[in-house]
Amino acid sequence: MILMKDFVNWKIGGEAGYGILSVGVMFGKFCTRNGLFAFNSSEFPSLVRGGHNTVQLIVKKTPALSQYFEVNLLVALNAETIEKHLNELSSDAAIIFDGKEIDIKKYKTKKSHVLIDIPLTEIAVRHGKKIMRNTVSLGASIALLGLEFDKLEQLIKEAFAGKKDALIPINIAAAKEGFNFIKNRNIKFNYQLKEQKQKNHIFINANDAFSLGAVKSGLKFVAEYPMTPSSSILSFMAAHELQYDIVVKQTEDEIAAMNMIIGGGFAGARSLTATSGGGFSLMVEALGLAGMTETPAVVVESQRPGPSTGLPTMTEQGDLMFALNASQGEFPRMIIAPGDVTEAFEAGLNSFNFAEKYQLLVLVLLDKYISEGNTTVKEFDYSKFKINRGKLLTKAPKNYLRYAFTSDGISPRVLPGTLGTVYKANGDEHNEKGVSDESEENRIKMMNKRMKKLDVLKKELPEPKLYGDKNAKISLIAWGSTKGIILEAINELQKQKIKVNFLHYNYVFPLKEKKLLELIKKSKKVLLVENNMTSQFGKLIAQETGILFKNKLLKYTGRQFYPHEIVNAVRKLK
Amino acid sequence: MTELKDLNTKEIPTWCPGCGDFMILASIKKAVADMNLNPSEVVVVSGIGCSAGLPHWIETYGFHSIHGRAIPVATGIKLANHGLTVIVVSGDGDGYGIGLNHLIHAMRRNLDITFIGHNNQIYGLTLGQTSPTSTQGAKTVSTPHGSIETPINPLSLGLASGATFVARGYAGNTTQLTDLIVKGTKHRGFALIDVFQPCVTWNKINTFDFFKQRVYDLNSEKFNTSDLNAAFSRCQELGERIPTGLFYQTETDTYSDDLPQLKEKPLVKQNITNVDIKSVLNKYK
Ligand SMILES: Cc1ncc(C[n+]2csc(CCOP(=O)(O)OP(=O)(O)O)c2C)c(N)n1
Ligand code: SF4
Ligand SMILES: [Mg+2]
Repeated sequence: MILMKDFVNWKIGGEAGYGILSVGVMFGKFCTRNGLFAFNSSEFPSLVRGGHNTVQLIVKKTPALSQYFEVNLLVALNAETIEKHLNELSSDAAIIFDGKEIDIKKYKTKKSHVLIDIPLTEIAVRHGKKIMRNTVSLGASIALLGLEFDKLEQLIKEAFAGKKDALIPINIAAAKEGFNFIKNRNIKFNYQLKEQKQKNHIFINANDAFSLGAVKSGLKFVAEYPMTPSSSILSFMAAHELQYDIVVKQTEDEIAAMNMIIGGGFAGARSLTATSGGGFSLMVEALGLAGMTETPAVVVESQRPGPSTGLPTMTEQGDLMFALNASQGEFPRMIIAPGDVTEAFEAGLNSFNFAEKYQLLVLVLLDKYISEGNTTVKEFDYSKFKINRGKLLTKAPKNYLRYAFTSDGISPRVLPGTLGTVYKANGDEHNEKGVSDESEENRIKMMNKRMKKLDVLKKELPEPKLYGDKNAKISLIAWGSTKGIILEAINELQKQKIKVNFLHYNYVFPLKEKKLLELIKKSKKVLLVENNMTSQFGKLIAQETGILFKNKLLKYTGRQFYPHEIVNAVRKLK
Repeated sequence: MTELKDLNTKEIPTWCPGCGDFMILASIKKAVADMNLNPSEVVVVSGIGCSAGLPHWIETYGFHSIHGRAIPVATGIKLANHGLTVIVVSGDGDGYGIGLNHLIHAMRRNLDITFIGHNNQIYGLTLGQTSPTSTQGAKTVSTPHGSIETPINPLSLGLASGATFVARGYAGNTTQLTDLIVKGTKHRGFALIDVFQPCVTWNKINTFDFFKQRVYDLNSEKFNTSDLNAAFSRCQELGERIPTGLFYQTETDTYSDDLPQLKEKPLVKQNITNVDIKSVLNKYK
């Protein structure tokens, strides 16, 4: 008996410039419109053309939360794709390839593999150009998976509408021919998808999700210097600058970007910059300026593996310690590390409220994996969102003091331009008025005042979320983008009758400890999971609580975990 | 009416007695009063150096930032609220050394900001090292055998970078300097005003006496300030006679003029309470 499967892990591979990324997103959207859940991840070298690129899409009836290792449908636009990914194929996987370009006999495929030789190039060239092989193979893929064509036609129309109208009919025709090629043959494929009822889903990555949240929360000024994998935030903002009256400035460097948003924040505009580790390094001195002048500022740092240029198109959670400690001296900051696109949207919504309410620096740590990994999720809910600008006054009280001492450390703020008063923002230690003051007495009071804000903020923050079986004796602890992978692993472990729970930190700093301490007391085995070499979150927990982790699962290959790696590690726990 | 005394602060400058910075401060105050600007609508932004203390001694809004970064901070302020008058005070190390990248881009960007370069041809605050504008051969604590490099000429740099207002003042002539600051501030666009500012403590070459013997007012002769080539050639005159005054001015759109986002009102005055993201969200469906 053949076991039919209602999911698929689809992978397409080829050289850069073959339109692989765009077809991956189109397929994901297609699945989303079919009521299915998709998650996409990509791997490509730091090249605009050439090199080996892959895009992977896991599609399921239930939420798809992470990438998967085992591939069920491989589209090979070049021979290298087969060479490199044959070992990832399930025994009943299919390979779509063009026999005129790839000699499949050269590879050790299994008898059980479904080999589908389609004249991709011939079809693509006949309808237009060779690059349209991606559309042909997408048409073939959806036919093989048992899905209908009409929604793809609509998507192609939307993708090329406007500037490239001429491309619409030829792409539809090419996709249709790929689709019919499969339909006209009686190919048995174990992986079959069906349109599902649930609607109102979106297919989005964390950079776009964060950006949308930021726009909703009244973002007015963006200063950014491009750096993978944060650059799409700059292009998102630029694309919408006129619609939302946001000033978007590509700066001369990241030093300028950071200092500009400090100027913007000081003047009263909700201001954002985004970068990756290298650019963040350049911003470091100015982070302290924001801290010292108590200027609200939001910085997205989408991590990629360092040191130096490192692996510029890959992923890692390697900058937590850096983000925590960047810049000289001691000042309050907040670090948010969204675990998925919904949390990224919420970070976009809430960061500016936190930054303005506490008049501090908010760092949002993403990484390549979620910055670029599109996911099907429920449409974001922002119905309860309210803008909170904290103690922002429109009129200056008598004898106004910008840095007045208060019980919560937060001083009422007026913006430059407010009549009847003036003050100085000052990177030097200063008194309540903003005037430089080096006395010991003032220094202590000011340091205490600024740090007090962190205590108050910490009280407001929610405890980390616990997933899985509350009473399980095995606990996983992680932060940021490993969330979905661990959740998928928990599902798998549950099937294997292994009970685990998982504490995920979205708000990383200031660190909430209560739930963590309770959990560690109750659990027999605790595993810390991080996508870095030196367990940086473990160090933060040790620093804040004294807890040391015996069991750590660390990966620093420049790639994100797969669920099976978590499952295996849990099974091996002693 | 804004009067000079309204601009006095309780705090008093900590500069060395006789420092050229006092005269620049006096000129800025006089210019703000002459233009009758409301002190609450003026922001003076500085980086780090002796000059950077200046915002503390003029009763307007101020931002004392970090070394070399006054321009980007000022840029953020101006973009967020272009209703404010934004004046940057900087030093030759601050503006022409560590922060030079920003200056060049600010000039080609032509945002409506006035830049006043306190050019004492030395690092004053850090006790007398060479600077990007130090005279070749100048012996300083960091160049005891004489500086080897060719000094930067801020004016020709400004002209080459697309600055729309390029002037040179001298701390010893506050009447002219005040006038240049007024003109520069009224100028729609980026105004570069380089100011010879004798450092009485560390620079024994470029003293008040040195300048008194050499400077003359370029604008007292028939000089065409819209002639870029003439400006280029005159600003190279750095020998026995050194011209000061307005070298070049041209009118083009400012950076803010070309931003439709700012047509109706400054960013900070825009209503942010009900941003509708629905249509963009729908694109992800
Ligand atoms: C990043 C950084 N590097 C070095 C310094 C030390 N520093 C302070 S002021 C200064 C030079 C100032 O020279 P200039 O800009 O000419 O100002 P002046 O004191 O002459 O007015 C230096 C190097 C600093 N504050 N920050
Ligand atoms: S060191 Fe020079 S520039 Fe600094 S205050 Fe003294 S005289 Fe003025
Ligand atoms: Mg100097």
